[in-house]
Amino acid sequence: MNIAKPMLALVTGLLMTSSALAIDIRIGVLNDRSGIYADLSGEGSVIAARMAIEDFGAADKGINVEILSADHQNRPDVASTIARQWYDNDNVDVIADVPTSSAAIAVHEITREKNRVFIVSGAASSDLTGTMCSPNTAHWTYDTWALANGTGSAMVQEGFDSWYFLTADYAFGHALEADTSAVVEASGGEVLGTVRHPFPGQDFSSFLLQAQASGAKVIGLANAGGDTVNAIKQASEFGITQAGQALAGLLIFITDVDALGLNDAQGLVLTEAFYWDLNDETREWSERFEAQRGAKPTMVHAGVYSGVLHYLKAVEHAGSKDAELVMAAMRELPIEDPVMGGGELRIDGRKTHDMYLFRVKSPDESSGPWDYYEHLATIPAETAFRPLEDGGCELVN
Amino acid sequence: MFELLGIAPQALFGQLLLGLINGSFYAMLSLGLAVIFGLLNIINFTHGAQYMMGAFVAWMLLTYFGLSYWWALVLVPVIVGASGIVIERLMISRLYHLDHLYGLLLTFGLALIIQGLFRNQYGVSGMPYSIPPELQGGTNLGFMFLPNYRAWVVVASVVVCFGTWFLIEKTRLGAYLRAATENPTMVGAFGINVPRLITLTYGFGVGLAALAGVLAAPIYSVNPNMGADLIIIVFAVVVIGGMGSIMGAILTGFGLGLVEGLARVFYPEGSAVVIFVIMAIVLLIKPAGLFGRTA
Repeated sequence: MNIAKPMLALVTGLLMTSSALAIDIRIGVLNDRSGIYADLSGEGSVIAARMAIEDFGAADKGINVEILSADHQNRPDVASTIARQWYDNDNVDVIADVPTSSAAIAVHEITREKNRVFIVSGAASSDLTGTMCSPNTAHWTYDTWALANGTGSAMVQEGFDSWYFLTADYAFGHALEADTSAVVEASGGEVLGTVRHPFPGQDFSSFLLQAQASGAKVIGLANAGGDTVNAIKQASEFGITQAGQALAGLLIFITDVDALGLNDAQGLVLTEAFYWDLNDETREWSERFEAQRGAKPTMVHAGVYSGVLHYLKAVEHAGSKDAELVMAAMRELPIEDPVMGGGELRIDGRKTHDMYLFRVKSPDESSGPWDYYEHLATIPAETAFRPLEDGGCELVN
Repeated sequence: MFELLGIAPQALFGQLLLGLINGSFYAMLSLGLAVIFGLLNIINFTHGAQYMMGAFVAWMLLTYFGLSYWWALVLVPVIVGASGIVIERLMISRLYHLDHLYGLLLTFGLALIIQGLFRNQYGVSGMPYSIPPELQGGTNLGFMFLPNYRAWVVVASVVVCFGTWFLIEKTRLGAYLRAATENPTMVGAFGINVPRLITLTYGFGVGLAALAGVLAAPIYSVNPNMGADLIIIVFAVVVIGGMGSIMGAILTGFGLGLVEGLARVFYPEGSAVVIFVIMAIVLLIKPAGLFGRTA
């Protein structure tokens, strides 16, 4: 009689654990929360991760998820200090987002060393799934190859076949320039030159005039965020676009278009992995996001949502949070979500899905705030990303 | 056509002109800093935030009140200058008898708070602010296309800089100011309200930063970090020119703009550091700065 109660408790306890998982997961959202990429990632990515946890119904499935967040100030040294702290002392299982390729590369290496999981949404360098590829990294949203392939080949096809690059002088800019040059040359165009500007920059007029003097038909902006906004603004001010040279914004987020205003941004052709106004599901999701964030989501936010959601599905499937098992489950399970649609996670860590080519509307064509893009083409998942064998990833074969 | 190190002379003229335009921002900002340091002995680290406030208040006037750029040119320095006066009265005035470091820490902290508040409210992507219709378009100079707005910035900056220099160095009011910093007790004994003079000087210095912010709003992205990016360079300009030297700040501002412009042609990757390299050299050879007087 004395032991009946504890026995009962034990049996109930065992029963409960067998029906649910009881796994504690810690997700670290690491990104820029105060600098030039804070609007396109920042708090929005934390909101997206939280939405993924709610939509997955983690609590009901016995998976207890906690989110940590931190500001890496776009600096690789700060990013690696935080990543080490999170993995070593705070038992973080997965780090998500991490814009700024140099910072992402740092976290990528630490994640491999500590054998955890890294879901990249904000960073662009295609090296993450190329020569540097790791079994612990999933590159979710976009990369420099996909941007170059979308915007670069579309521009060359329209006859813009000579290029001059204005490149942000760090890992991301270099990768974007290299990938776009390859696409331009493969499509029959030529690259006349390049100028590398300090990151972040403020005044781009000198660099723009050098680009103008080159006589190239297209000035390729291999930079992002505030740098791109300033460069586009100043190109219009110096009459560069009016004089017939085209601008190719190789990485433009919807928040950049919002900051530029349609007057300056109209006509830009750009490649994105997500747009809020694609279909009913993206509209519904974006509305929920906007209610919390006060702005429409960028593709980086959508990628964090999609990546975290799939990660949790994989944990449930594997019944464990062991990095190797979870990554295997993430590759094995089909990827399907309302925001980024279907896709797969390849062995090199690249997640594939459809990419979209848009043109920025003129103020007359836009019906109001956030109605910015006209859909030009959908680049199917199979051709949107670099072929597996071309990346030089040692995990292939 | 002769070429200089592979650069056609036309291109070089263009780049020098652009350097001059950037230099005019450096000159205006470092002038405000030099005025405040020269007359108050305060190293005003809030200057970048006040420049940013200038651009933001211009944007607010346009967005919420429909007041054009020209109104902003007049109103913004007054509004932001007034906010500076409040800060001076409430906080900075308590630090005059202490070491420079206290003023530096206070103003640095204030800058972080102001930037944080704006970032929280408006995000970092920035606000669109268009060039006023009267100054749109440009002139083809043969070697480059000069936007009318940039030409206006250079002219406005030169006028403001030399007007300020004249006011401080050549007028009776300026003489009072300089005397008040030299010996406040004596000047006070002549019946001049020294604390008020000093408060107004701070307000004036802040107003200069705000005016530079209005001039910058149409060409740079109006965002909470715009001042933080610039202020470090401007401090280097002031150090090179000689802390507190009005003419030094003006001439070094324009001069370093030119040097940076050249660096952007010959070695773009190094253009962000060239000013600091010059600063290190100047400090080694002439620790008081090019135009500074050793105490």
